[in-house]
Formats: sequence, C-alpha cells, structure tokens
Amino acid sequence: MTADSSSERKPVAGSDKEAKQEVKDRPDWTNGLRRLYDSVVEEDLPDSFRDLLSQLDTKD
Amino acid sequence: MGPEKRTASEKADFKQELTDVVPHLRAFARGLCGRADMADDLVQETLLKAWAAQERFQPGTSMRAWTFVILRNAYLTDMRRNRFRGEYDETVAERILTAPAGQEEPIHLSDMHRALLTLPPERREALLLVGAGGFSYEEAANICGCAVGTIKSRVGRARAALNTMLADGTIPRRSLNDDTAHRAILEELDDVAAGQGVSARS
Repeated sequence: MTADSSSERKPVAGSDKEAKQEVKDRPDWTNGLRRLYDSVVEEDLPDSFRDLLSQLDTKD
Repeated sequence: MGPEKRTASEKADFKQELTDVVPHLRAFARGLCGRADMADDLVQETLLKAWAAQERFQPGTSMRAWTFVILRNAYLTDMRRNRFRGEYDETVAERILTAPAGQEEPIHLSDMHRALLTLPPERREALLLVGAGGFSYEEAANICGCAVGTIKSRVGRARAALNTMLADGTIPRRSLNDDTAHRAILEELDDVAAGQGVSARS
C-alpha cells in the first residue's frame, strides 16, 4: 500500500452536513469514513422500519 | 414544554423527526457494532425507546443527537450482555470505496470498517460522531456525556491509530473475534459506561 498522502489541501467536497469540525489535517481516509457512514444513510430503508414506525401510533 | 402529555400534532411532529433520523441511526449503529442485522435490531430498539420517552424530548433541539444518546446506551447495555462481538458485515465490506482524486490506492470499505472496529469503543464512537456523523466536538461530548477535551483526545488517538493501520497496511484481520480482544473491549466499555451522560439525565 503506497500511502504518500501528503494531502492537506483537499477541500471536503461539501455534503449537506455542516462540517463544523476544526480539522486541520485530513488524511484521505477521513473521506472514506464519511463515505462509510453515508453509504448506510443512503440505503433504502428496510420494510421492517416502515412497519415499526407505522405501529408506533397505536401503542399509546 | 414540561413533561406533560403531548398533543396529537406534537406527536406527529415527533414521529416525523424520528422517521427522518432513522438512516442516521442505522449508519451510527452499523459503525458501532459492525453487523448490519444487529445494527438494525439496535435501531429498532432505539426507536421504541425514543417513542416511549418522547415527552423528554425538547422540541427544537437535535433529534439526531437525542436519539444517538439512546442508541448509544442501548448498545453499551447489549455489548455488556455479550450480544455484539464486533463482527463486521462481509457484504458491505466487499464494496470498494472510490479512490478520492489524486490518490492511487482505493481504500476498501472493508479495510476502513475493520480498522474502525479494532479501535476501543470510546474512540470508535468519538470518531464516528465527529469524523463520520459531522457532529461538532461539543455535540459529541454531549452525546457521550464527557468533556469536550476528552472527545478531542479520543478523536485524535483514533485518527492516529487509523492513520498507522491504513498507511502501513497493518489492519488486523479478525482480531475482534478473539477472546482476549473481546475481553479488553468489555473492560473498556465499563469505563465508557461509567462516564455516560444519559442515565444521569433520564
């Protein structure tokens, strides 16, 4: 694995999330971390969640 | 805004907000416990708990942060009951991240996930919250019930560890399946749980 990532210049291509963290040095993998998270956020919601949410009202 | 009963429209608003954060809960849970099925169980548990506790939610505050606290506590409880073993999901893991521009080697999602899962839980969650979830240090500190400086130091250590693993290619294979590693994690969890804010708050 060649990791000569001397890249502090990468602007975090803005997603909708506010990147308010004061991160000075962002190695390339931090982008990967965000992607790991976003890849799950973007998944279709399994039906079980829809079912559960629709049942919430009835349990009062 | 006290703990009195919510009106029907307030409940509808709550439910809508709760629905909107489900994808984020799933992402946070997946990062914490690795396996998709277990993560989703955890999210379902979180949704039921959040619904039951909705009178404690302050409208106008962050639903994502509020539900993350609930999820986190459910995770810590389950972890101590030995339900999670930090396994990761092979199907997700086989996906490859597109290499960011200017980088030769693609980072495999599996590498990232595995490396993440080898971190001690409190560093892992700090990094997930700040590095992946986009929370500020202050917000992350509130979620974890600890000082901002503590979060900063956990994130720093987690970053350093990941840097080393990913740069040197020294990501352990399945270290979390071995009992020594698992026991160490459970011990660390006790520390994490001891400092948590929510049980104090609720």
